[in-house]
Amino acid sequence: MKQYFRSAALTTAVLLAGGVSLAHADSVTVGLQLEPPHLDPTSAAAGAIDQVVYSNVFEGLTRFYGDGSVNPGLAKSWQVSDDGLVWTFNLQEGVKFHDGTSFEASDVVFSLDRARAEESTNAQKALFSTIASVEAIDDQTVQITLSEKNGNLLFNLAWGDAVIVAPESIENIKTNPIGTGAFKFADWVQGDAITLERNAQYWGTPAHLEGATFKFISEPSAALNAMMAGDLDAFMGFPAPENLALFEADPRFNVLVGSTEGETILSTNNKMPPFDDVRVRKALAHAIDRQAIIDGAMFGYGTPIGTHFAPHNPDYVDQTANSDYNPEKARALLAEAGLGDGFTTTLKLPPPSYARRGGEIIAAQLRDVGIETEITNLEWAQWLEEVFRGKDYGLTIVSHTEPFDIGIYARPDYYFQYENADFQELIAELGAVSEPEKRSELIAAAQKTLSDDYVNGYLFQLAMLSVADSRLEGLWVNAPTQASDLTSVRWMK
Amino acid sequence: MLRYFIKKIQSLALSLLVASLVIFVAVEVVPGDPASFMLGINAQPETIAALREQLGLNVSLWERYFTWLTGMLQGDFGTSYTYRTPVAEMIQDRMVISLPLAVYALVLSTLIAFPAGILAATKRGSATDTSVMGVTQLGIAIPNFWFAMLMVVVFAINLRWFSAGGFPRGGWGDSFADYMAAMKALTLPAIALALPQASILARVMRSSLLDTLTEDYIRTARAKGLSKRQTLWRHALRNALIPVLTIIGLQFAFLLAGGIIIEKIFFLPGLGQLIFQAITQRDLIVVESVVMLLVFAVIIVNFTVDLAYGLADPRLRSGK
Repeated sequence: MKQYFRSAALTTAVLLAGGVSLAHADSVTVGLQLEPPHLDPTSAAAGAIDQVVYSNVFEGLTRFYGDGSVNPGLAKSWQVSDDGLVWTFNLQEGVKFHDGTSFEASDVVFSLDRARAEESTNAQKALFSTIASVEAIDDQTVQITLSEKNGNLLFNLAWGDAVIVAPESIENIKTNPIGTGAFKFADWVQGDAITLERNAQYWGTPAHLEGATFKFISEPSAALNAMMAGDLDAFMGFPAPENLALFEADPRFNVLVGSTEGETILSTNNKMPPFDDVRVRKALAHAIDRQAIIDGAMFGYGTPIGTHFAPHNPDYVDQTANSDYNPEKARALLAEAGLGDGFTTTLKLPPPSYARRGGEIIAAQLRDVGIETEITNLEWAQWLEEVFRGKDYGLTIVSHTEPFDIGIYARPDYYFQYENADFQELIAELGAVSEPEKRSELIAAAQKTLSDDYVNGYLFQLAMLSVADSRLEGLWVNAPTQASDLTSVRWMK
Repeated sequence: MLRYFIKKIQSLALSLLVASLVIFVAVEVVPGDPASFMLGINAQPETIAALREQLGLNVSLWERYFTWLTGMLQGDFGTSYTYRTPVAEMIQDRMVISLPLAVYALVLSTLIAFPAGILAATKRGSATDTSVMGVTQLGIAIPNFWFAMLMVVVFAINLRWFSAGGFPRGGWGDSFADYMAAMKALTLPAIALALPQASILARVMRSSLLDTLTEDYIRTARAKGLSKRQTLWRHALRNALIPVLTIIGLQFAFLLAGGIIIEKIFFLPGLGQLIFQAITQRDLIVVESVVMLLVFAVIIVNFTVDLAYGLADPRLRSGK
């Protein structure tokens, strides 16, 4: 009996000790669905790279906050010339890269020149297209000269693709990223996890956490299990909305429902008959019941949109009434276009569940007005080849996740193949204007044009769904850019 | 024997060459360009061209094939397009998990199957036999991914005895505790993999043993005065093992690559996950090299079995 008590006491002691380490007050393990291919945010499109390094490891001249606003980063302030062409950035002082080298104006010149160069492999090279030259005035001052006015410059410089890297460490950046952020890269077990540790020499407010581990779990059911078993402290971008109710019912967890920059749309090949007829595209828009898609494919998470713009943006114009669900109107429009007997088209679906599940629902809704769709499921690489580059499709469903990307409609060779000179002019004008009121006006006009031309079927804004231990605070709820900024995350006492 | 051996080596080399060509062509003809995949939908055409050049994708298909082939002959599998690390290193990292997992599952399956199969065969028609047959039928019918998820719910989420998945950061480590942690992480996956294999193996064991038990030499052995048990262990079992070993060989090759779903459920960074990820990312060189390696493993296993047959059966050596 004595023996029994002793072992029970021992077990309790072990459990208590375990309990203390379970609270792991100074580090977090965060689950992500996709593993980054490498860790250089300036030479790939993969959002998974930014998910790990944005703001944590790498910083730009400006940076996004969780609310989507653009704030000073490595540049503490800036002035712009009267003609709007010369921007002078004053850099933060005493900043060191993780390898101990100091951050200077020459690093900014190097980073921006590298991104703009002819042989650059920057996936968002267009962000830098208006930059004519970048010069270091002194160690703490950089001057950017533009070839034409660009109202988006500060916004563009906040992207993960515009972060500042150092020439000394550029060679191995893909496997050993050296930035200026509040966390240093520590270790990567490929296929499994990436570990960051706190940067003790950080120039700004230091991180609360001593370390963080990003663990990659692609299978939705495995993600659920890992959270439930307590293997993870949080999962950013939880892949299975159908399981969120389980977490909501469990006091151990918080469910974070925010917004992303992802406009989920039924992309339409505007050059392919019969979609070259605006009446057919309008019929398409009226045949779609957005709420049914949000409920069916996303289990209720998502905000309906009526044009290609994020509803949480102050400049958003609600155009959903312009394409309300009205099957009779859709049938009438098809009849008017001489397609009273309906027609058949292709619906090519990439892997995400919003596309695969949403596709089935849309196919049923279109069948209801007489449009038959042949559904093909594609892998991303095939989708890029066939749909995006080959433009061999009638309809497809994609979430366009880049922030403020309405400008893609001004590119006639883009896969929607939408060509409208007035719209192109609007976008060109927008690029050159920086007065807020004028900008809002132009942005509203652009949104209305897209809605009135029924370029694509506008479905919903993709929700940002995350699950976290209820004692964890400071995680981004929204995703203004794909990032898991941990710099202000901490465990509540 | 030497001629038999040389002939087998020749056919082995030829199989590998043909396999390399088939794999390369099959992977390369599938649409999807690694550079466009990496740069996404906002990339400019000249950026994609620059990356293609950097990755060495702008040379002809045959040139790439020969670079790959000659590289492999020197033990160099090339560099992954997406990860930019040597493929050989990546395979090695994943093997550290997949190989022990396959061995673990195979050992478990053998430990379950042998006694069950022998018991069922020696007590043919009894309640024991019926229940072994019933349970193994169930073991084959139950999908192993479902069984894996069930185990996670019971042992990881409810009882908290195990993690829901993953592999310790330190790998196999250098202390006994590290080793045990690694073994623990592989236990549920190994059980999930072993269950259907054990069921198949037990059935093969049973029927093979039943066959040999009716052979004339068994009756002779019994007539010479050996007990039932002695006959079983000395004569019947040894002969019954040949088909069983063949099955084990096949199962091992399957386990090495066939654990993809189990690896996904337990988020183990093994070979299966590597192939899966490489296929979606169009990391062609990784797909080609890993598949080639698996083909090599299967061919080597078959080659060893062939040699063993040659040793066991002199008739096969003459090549007639």
